[in-house]
Amino acid sequence: MSKKLLALTGNDAAAYAMKQIDPDVVAAYPITPQTSLMEKFAQFVADGESNTEIVLVESEHSAMSACVGASCAGARVMTATSSQGLALMWEVVYIASSYRLPIVMPLVNRALSGPINIHCDHSDAMGIRDSGWIQLWAENAQEVYDNLLQAIRIAENPDVLLPVVVNYDGFIISHAIENMYIYDNDEVKKFVGEYKPKYTLLDPKKPTTFGSFDLPDYYFEHRRQMAGAMSGSKKVIADVAKEFSKICGREYKFIEGYKLEDAEIVIVALGSTVGTARAVVDDLREKGVKAGILKIRVFRPFPEEEIASALKDKKAVAVLDRADALNAVGGPIFDEVRSGLYKKSNTPVVNYIYGLGGRDMGLAEINKVYSDLADIAKTGKADSVRNLVTYLGVRD
Amino acid sequence: MAKTEKAKLPSWKEVVIGGIIPDAGSAAKYNSGTWRTFKPVWSQEKCIQCNTCWIHCPDSSIMIKDGKVCGIDYEHCKGCGICAAMCPPKVGAVKMVKEEK
Repeated sequence: MSKKLLALTGNDAAAYAMKQIDPDVVAAYPITPQTSLMEKFAQFVADGESNTEIVLVESEHSAMSACVGASCAGARVMTATSSQGLALMWEVVYIASSYRLPIVMPLVNRALSGPINIHCDHSDAMGIRDSGWIQLWAENAQEVYDNLLQAIRIAENPDVLLPVVVNYDGFIISHAIENMYIYDNDEVKKFVGEYKPKYTLLDPKKPTTFGSFDLPDYYFEHRRQMAGAMSGSKKVIADVAKEFSKICGREYKFIEGYKLEDAEIVIVALGSTVGTARAVVDDLREKGVKAGILKIRVFRPFPEEEIASALKDKKAVAVLDRADALNAVGGPIFDEVRSGLYKKSNTPVVNYIYGLGGRDMGLAEINKVYSDLADIAKTGKADSVRNLVTYLGVRD
Repeated sequence: MAKTEKAKLPSWKEVVIGGIIPDAGSAAKYNSGTWRTFKPVWSQEKCIQCNTCWIHCPDSSIMIKDGKVCGIDYEHCKGCGICAAMCPPKVGAVKMVKEEK
């Protein structure tokens, strides 16, 4: 394995991954904060470093539609978007997964309108959580790059054939420069391999129909099959991570613990906030507080078993959601983590909705969560300190 | 819904992924003639073999043998009535009659 250390933004990291994957077709439309990713990638193509056919479209609905068409035709296809762009793609996002097209899409997470806002939160990604796309989440630029390379292999595996979205925080990851490793071109090319579709639209010797009409006698079976593919993808995600570890030197998991094993109070989070929380945990550990983090890397398929096993003996758990489900209960990750713990444990679980529209989540806020958790751990009751769900950092 | 034997339908593990249809012309195998309210009844005696109905049928349901109309394919006819409307009024070889189930 050979690699070189570069200082790149998260968007640059994604562009490097796309250059090395060298997809046949990329159809995309610019949107903040994804724009600099596509600019960088278009530069690679203009410089002849990638042979991709870039399709400049008039909207994200067209971007995903062009991706679906190209993917049906047997091409390896990627796109990228954020927030409103994803919202405009919506209809076709579901088409992509239901046609079982292995499209890979970096999603640079940004708050959904309204009020209109360009900064980070996860409401865009959480909006497509039930769309049948696999969701990987990155904590930093390195993970953006690593997740994208693995995403291709996961999506195109014949046992999966579902599109994959690789999430990373708008601006916080997409525009911040970090040191990270880029792997050798040939090694990456060998790893991603070639896409060999079973069915393609453009083979006149073997004509096929994509997008045919399903009546009540077939639709249910096709949806059930998607559910099976999503469950089955777990093995593939693990296998791909194992193989990828030979290149990157670390094996990616569904969840990742930080000082989790002996922790008594735990924060569950995904994205860049995990990085901030690490600093808080280090500080608390020095003071003798048994704090830990459970990071979710794979949100779809949801690693319920892994999460429940890791949390069941903890004294108190806080789930951080950078999106609100507006369901009058709690955030989307909170709902799923809590339901995963049902039957396994009585660990008190609380929820913090934070960082909406780019509101800062700093050391002080995370310290507050751990201090609440320490109090909850003493009583063993989730609502003993404050409400079950707290809007962290909002002006009361 | 088309009339098909439930027992013969493939399970979710057997259906082709993504609703893809890997065989050309497979619509011929699918009985979609159960949607009709009215069905066209063709009269061999009155037919002048002008083939106007065959030209206009949107579902290829006018059966032709040796260049001549020989009947209607009720497995695929949806009962739209275009054949009856296109048949020259003086001829009137196709009549729409209420479907009896």
